[in-house]
Amino acid sequence: MGRNNRPNNVADYQEEVTMNKSVLFGALTIAGLTAGAAMAGTMDDVKARGKLNCGVTTGLVGFAAPDANGEWKGFDVAVCRAVAAAVLGDATAVEFVPTTGKTRFTALASGEIDMLARNTTWTFSRDVDLKFDFVGVNYYDGQGFMVPKELGVSSAKDLDGATVCIQTGTTTELNLADFFRSNNINYEPVPIETNAEAQQQYLAGACDVYTTDASGLAATRATFENPDEHTLLPEIVSKEPLGPLVRHGDNEWGDVVRWTLNALITAEELGVSSANVGEMASNTNNPEVARLLGTEGTLGEMLGLDADAFKRAIETQGNYGEIFATTIGEETPIGLARGLNAQWTDGGLLYSPPFR
Amino acid sequence: MSDTHAESVAFVRETSLPPAAPPVAETGIVKWVRENLFATWANGLLTVASLYVIYLILRATMPWLFNGVWNASSLAECREILQGTTGGCFAVLTERWNQLLFGFTYPTELYWRPLVAFVLMFVALAPVLFFDLPRKLLIVTGLFPFIAYWLIWGGSIFVPVFVLVGFVVGYLVYVRFEKVSFAAGFFGGLAAAVVVWTVSGAITPSLENVLALEAVPSRDMGGYMLNMMLGVTCVSLSLPIGIALALGRQSSMPLIKWICVIFIEFVRGVPLITLLFVANVMLAYFFPPGSGVDLFLRVVIMITLFSSAYIAEVIRGGLAALPKGQYEAADSLGLDYPQAMRLIILPQALKISIPGIVNIAVGLFKDTTLVSVISMFDILGMIRGPILASTEWNGVYWELLGFACVVFFVVCYSISQYSQWLERRLATDHR
Amino acid sequence: MSTTTDPQGGTFRLSMLLNDTRYRSLTMQVIAAVVLALAIGYLYSNLVTNLRAAGLNISYAFLGNPAGYDINQTLIDYSSQSTNLRAAVVGILNTLLVAFLACVTATIFGVIAGVLRLSNNWLVSKLMAVYVEIFRNIPVLIWIVIIFTIMIAVLPGPRAFRGDDPESRMLLDLFAFTNRGVYIPGPYFTRGIGGEEGSILNWLMVIGVLIASLFATRAVTARANATQAATGVRPNTLWTNLAIWFVPLIALLFVLGLTWEVPALKGFNFSGGIKVGGPLIALWFALSIYTGAFIAENVRAGIQAVSKGQTEAAGALGLRPNRIMSLVVLPQALRVIIPPLISQYLNITKNSSLAIAVGYADITATLGGITLNQTGRAIECVLLLMLFYLVISLLISAFMNVYNNAMKLKER
Repeated sequence: MGRNNRPNNVADYQEEVTMNKSVLFGALTIAGLTAGAAMAGTMDDVKARGKLNCGVTTGLVGFAAPDANGEWKGFDVAVCRAVAAAVLGDATAVEFVPTTGKTRFTALASGEIDMLARNTTWTFSRDVDLKFDFVGVNYYDGQGFMVPKELGVSSAKDLDGATVCIQTGTTTELNLADFFRSNNINYEPVPIETNAEAQQQYLAGACDVYTTDASGLAATRATFENPDEHTLLPEIVSKEPLGPLVRHGDNEWGDVVRWTLNALITAEELGVSSANVGEMASNTNNPEVARLLGTEGTLGEMLGLDADAFKRAIETQGNYGEIFATTIGEETPIGLARGLNAQWTDGGLLYSPPFR
Repeated sequence: MSDTHAESVAFVRETSLPPAAPPVAETGIVKWVRENLFATWANGLLTVASLYVIYLILRATMPWLFNGVWNASSLAECREILQGTTGGCFAVLTERWNQLLFGFTYPTELYWRPLVAFVLMFVALAPVLFFDLPRKLLIVTGLFPFIAYWLIWGGSIFVPVFVLVGFVVGYLVYVRFEKVSFAAGFFGGLAAAVVVWTVSGAITPSLENVLALEAVPSRDMGGYMLNMMLGVTCVSLSLPIGIALALGRQSSMPLIKWICVIFIEFVRGVPLITLLFVANVMLAYFFPPGSGVDLFLRVVIMITLFSSAYIAEVIRGGLAALPKGQYEAADSLGLDYPQAMRLIILPQALKISIPGIVNIAVGLFKDTTLVSVISMFDILGMIRGPILASTEWNGVYWELLGFACVVFFVVCYSISQYSQWLERRLATDHR
Repeated sequence: MSTTTDPQGGTFRLSMLLNDTRYRSLTMQVIAAVVLALAIGYLYSNLVTNLRAAGLNISYAFLGNPAGYDINQTLIDYSSQSTNLRAAVVGILNTLLVAFLACVTATIFGVIAGVLRLSNNWLVSKLMAVYVEIFRNIPVLIWIVIIFTIMIAVLPGPRAFRGDDPESRMLLDLFAFTNRGVYIPGPYFTRGIGGEEGSILNWLMVIGVLIASLFATRAVTARANATQAATGVRPNTLWTNLAIWFVPLIALLFVLGLTWEVPALKGFNFSGGIKVGGPLIALWFALSIYTGAFIAENVRAGIQAVSKGQTEAAGALGLRPNRIMSLVVLPQALRVIIPPLISQYLNITKNSSLAIAVGYADITATLGGITLNQTGRAIECVLLLMLFYLVISLLISAFMNVYNNAMKLKER
């Protein structure tokens, strides 16, 4: 188990620091003075803490939202849990930190969260200027538009003069400006902080159109009382590769998150699922499956984890296809088709580097 | 002369007549109505207009209030039950009351803990608010923060106990050294407390599971409980800071005076929301890496700084209002500065400032709703976020917002009534 | 007093630093300075460490980059290609606009409620007391949300105005109340300078004429005063003044061809005329009624502060009631009312930052919201934001000090 190979001294030391914090509360400085070393080893931090701090959205059904019991469920949540399962051996050892468009990057940069899985678009400036590392893409998305059917709009180009609800602080805000400018049509933006408020305003008719990632639109529409009264326009006006990200500069941790994600994708490609992972691990003749599940080679150890790390991730969360199907797939109220997110063997874009 | 009188006047009434009833228009309700509602033409018009306004308000709200549905699982079901008649869908309150009060992640089976803390709060506040109560109750007040912390956050009881021990040791050291000088006592006490905290910080991890309540991270706090917690914590923390700032601003030492002036004017010059932004997106950069100061704590720090600046201004007003003779009297007794402040000036100045402080507290409590803007789920954040966005309750605006209004009004109005009562009471003391 | 600490001989002992009043304050200040420097140094070094660890730096270069987003209400030219700095200026102007509008209406509400609360009419005064208590004891953010909800959930959408038998109609065919805002007729000049688009010069001309009229009426009044002083008979100036005000103005507007453009439903929204956006109305109205309740209390306290003897003395001099109010009571009450009134204006300006809750594009929403989000320059944006509010507050306080000095009772 992951707990066994953690360096003892770091663990004790860290525990002392966290306790200090709660003990002193007011006398923060002491905790601060003794804290010292930190960001370099996110993995050590996580192991010592015994919990993964994962940044998610404040609530987008299907991707990350607390259910009636306050338990977080969703597509992005599964990625967090898979990482926790791989690193800590416990898929429930995750502390979910809800973030808004505004707070997500500070939360990550300041070390409040270890990774961000909040349908965040991989862009040049975020990667380079804001100093983050996107470890991969877990959902290939694009910006779409949702309108009430009764408006009779069939194309985004008919939206001249429309009032558009947007979530501020997202790339969609910029894409929207670009799209309308390049098509020479006007619109009136209504900037809104959270998906919940955007949904209320859209339903109240304060805006004609709601625009965000197509997956988010589908997820939002699924929560409407009458989803059939709303339609998604055919135009997808941008590329939105959504993926988990970590701080720049901590490559070991980045590798852990990256290869956990890749393990989920590869597992689907190789036909490993949560149901058959135990059986596959014990008797497989596919060497890549054996390497992935840790019965052959030392891939897990190379990452600083143990041999079973990916096996646990797949066991608890299922492979990429399973996660997709149970959280946002066609069987769920959100009803997203695989589309671009099919395996490359099925004509999609999911293409994990080999486990070798 | 006396007999002429008897002869010249035919009849002299020897008993007084019983007083006649005043004219109908000059008595009872009629007189009251005439004088208070229809004194002049314009007044009459105003009365009619106000009656009409009241009628409109009642007509709009009464059916909504009394025809409300209290038992349904969604807005659609409410509408079905109402069959097109007007009525509120208060079922949202009966179904989601726990989320409105405690947030959506506080464990349901632990609700009794914040409730107990809430009840204890009244016991703790009583001796502070009402001077007539036995002074011994102040012990509860002193213990309350630690009990409340333990109840709400859970974890090992040794955490609050050791903090308390730190304070007690610090106080004992202070008493011991205070005779030498106030400064020696103060800094000695502080040092002793820090030593205790550091030592206990090292041993608590081993006691982690002894007498422990299930720990709840502050991220899971929400709803009206969050408003209450922020309000109570920040006001009580900002009181000592506010006093220090007020004294500093009155100080004759230019450096200290200017530090206080700049701090106070800066904080009073910016809106609370920008300070919350600081807590949200900036403050994390000012703490050592990995110190793990969570959002709740950062918000508490910023709101405390905010309210301490306002409280400092109120107390400064109180200090300025004291007659100069009080300061001179203290000097003439040979008291040094800390003694004079502690024994003569502050008790009087604080007494004058209490109504002002209470007003600041009410304002601050109302301002705790601002945390909903930075993605904390206080009562307003819960309403605008998870509840109104849910499939079942999308569109139940008035019942939810009305509930928020009622809970805030009850608390703020009672505090302001208390403040007025206190003002009257203190006024008699001074004359 | 001072003799107790007079130097005993010339020797300096270390304990004198604490116990000798000559040195003590110096010691304290040195300690304070050291503690302050340590604290700042500690925070600063953390900041530097954290920024280095995150690979970030502090730079204001982003202000010159294109903002990339659109704003729905702009008082100056702005497009998504304008710079972030310009977006911030748009935000500043919007903040000032809503603050100004709210100050005006809050004063009106406050004065009316404050005066009515002192009315002899029991019902009216109780009604005003209820208004004041309800609005003072519920957070302003809740009021903003409530009024915004009324805007979006109660008022009809533009769609409701469509069709031959629409659900909603425009008021007098001139005003449209929709859930996106209120559309009112807007003036424009058909024969103005600068063609169809119209130029600011037209409006400057109108303002110029108004100023000229002002001076002209002042001259007329001065002449009337002089005549009254000389002959004791005041010539009637009402008609002259009215003529001076209106004749040139109407003539100018006629020459320029003033026309009203009535909003009309076109496509998704109404177009033409002036649009007052829903967020602006929500913020404006909520700040006005909320602050109005506070101002009402100030006004009431101010009027009550004028002792009854003043009114009675004025009555004894034979002044009529309205002159008592305007010449005796109000000038004295204003002295009490205005300082808290100005601090209420300051509160309005600061509370206008809650615009972010309803999507009004003030400075907090542009610089502190979208620009911050899009550039990720959190520290820089928040610092600039605080600087702006600080400057506004200091300006208002400075103005208040000047006013207080001017208004101070001149004691002889």
